[in-house]
Amino acid sequence: MSKPYYKEEDLKKFKDIADFEPELAEKFFGWYGKVFEEGALTAREKAIIALAVSHAIQCPYCIDAYTKDTLKMGVSEAQMMEAVHVAGAIRGGASLVHGVQMMNKVKKLSM
Amino acid sequence: MRIETKKKESKRSLKGKNHKLAQVEEQLKVLSGGDFADGSLPTFKDKIEEMGEYPLRPTNIEIMQVNLGYMCNLVCKHCHVDAGPDRREIMGREYMQIILDIMEKTDIHTLDLTGGAPEMNPDFRWFVTEAKKVGVKDIIVRSNLTIILANKKYYDLPEFFAENNVHVISSLPYYNKAKTDRQRGEGVFSDSIKALKMLNAVGYGMPDSGLKLDLVYNPSGAFLPGNQEQLQADFKRELKRLFDIEFHELFTITNLPISRFLDYLIASENYDDYMETLVQAFNPTAAMNVMCRNTISVDYDGYMYDCDFNQMLAMKVAAPKSQHIKDFDMEALNRRPIFIHQHCYGCTAGAGSSCQGAVT
Ligand code: SF4
Ligand code: SF4
Repeated sequence: MSKPYYKEEDLKKFKDIADFEPELAEKFFGWYGKVFEEGALTAREKAIIALAVSHAIQCPYCIDAYTKDTLKMGVSEAQMMEAVHVAGAIRGGASLVHGVQMMNKVKKLSM
Repeated sequence: MRIETKKKESKRSLKGKNHKLAQVEEQLKVLSGGDFADGSLPTFKDKIEEMGEYPLRPTNIEIMQVNLGYMCNLVCKHCHVDAGPDRREIMGREYMQIILDIMEKTDIHTLDLTGGAPEMNPDFRWFVTEAKKVGVKDIIVRSNLTIILANKKYYDLPEFFAENNVHVISSLPYYNKAKTDRQRGEGVFSDSIKALKMLNAVGYGMPDSGLKLDLVYNPSGAFLPGNQEQLQADFKRELKRLFDIEFHELFTITNLPISRFLDYLIASENYDDYMETLVQAFNPTAAMNVMCRNTISVDYDGYMYDCDFNQMLAMKVAAPKSQHIKDFDMEALNRRPIFIHQHCYGCTAGAGSSCQGAVT
């Protein structure tokens, strides 16, 4: 228990993935950087989306990074929490909507 | 019981608490240590040397920033001045007169009044009216807003500012109560809103008004300010929508790791990460535009510094024959090397930071 699986300082080593495979890493980081640039969506909107997605995929590194980013961009705490609720609602909804599948199956199998 | 003690404590400056970070040597020890001592992070001097700009020198003094005293009605957590109601250092009229003479004789166009709460200096109004008489082009007052409501004698400050066409620059860390009050103290947000309304009522900050009202945003924690234009748009939209308040520009300012903000960084275990973030965000263009290149800072005792931060670090200007306003020598000051240390990274991160906001 004294050794956590995720270590905060490992986020800084992200770029080191290039040590094992430089070409793909370079492509990834280039693409990643471009994705977050100001575009049809503002950088701020993208950071909020990223924060929500981070929670959906439950990546602690992404949560740290996009919490910092959204704070920096002046996103309010209420907005940040609403974004997390959006992620939660989609996740919850995604489970629940499969209830229909369950019901279909029940109906098919039952008299 | 605990909350009670905490409240009392928070009304005192580091100096009043005899905190070790109230001592300059302690702050410099922190700023020289850690990742900078073992070379894992470059010092600010390394960076400036790398650019071939060491020693950093002024371009030309255009702004005189006068700290009228460290007394303040607030005790904000991030305050680099360590200001508070318990601070007694205050500038007298004699030195104000010398400053007026300098303003008259030189082509320094801006008089930037700061503190503490500059309005608490008993000679504040005299100084402003005299500065107006000698023809200072731009008189800035850095107001914490709440002072206007702190006591009856300040209620007419908005009218006084307007009569003298003072340029008001006010701090407002965020457009909601929670974040503002956590940084500046309980009740500060609602008083700030009331004060802004009073300023708007006399014409300050209104769309085509010549009475300039700008706001200062500084992050309420261990992170850098975001894009100035974007934040300005947010502040404008939200302050208008929620409170029907108008202002002109928003200046984003980075918190420098000295005094109470340094104390906060250490206590919250954010110091190392914050310094690393600042170093990583070093922007050479911002470094060429740091405010110490066109501003001189004066303390309550008439001594001069490269900036208000160096003032708090007691690093007087490196112009041995012109360290005091009594010996003001423009040429000597314009030739001086600027004192730099790791706190300077706060001025050069990202889009840069100065008392007029971003510098790039
Ligand atoms: S930040 Fe400004 S208002 Fe707050 S304590 Fe310091 S001088 Fe006073
Ligand atoms: S802290 Fe002062 S001396 Fe250092 S770069 Fe900023 S303005 Fe210049």
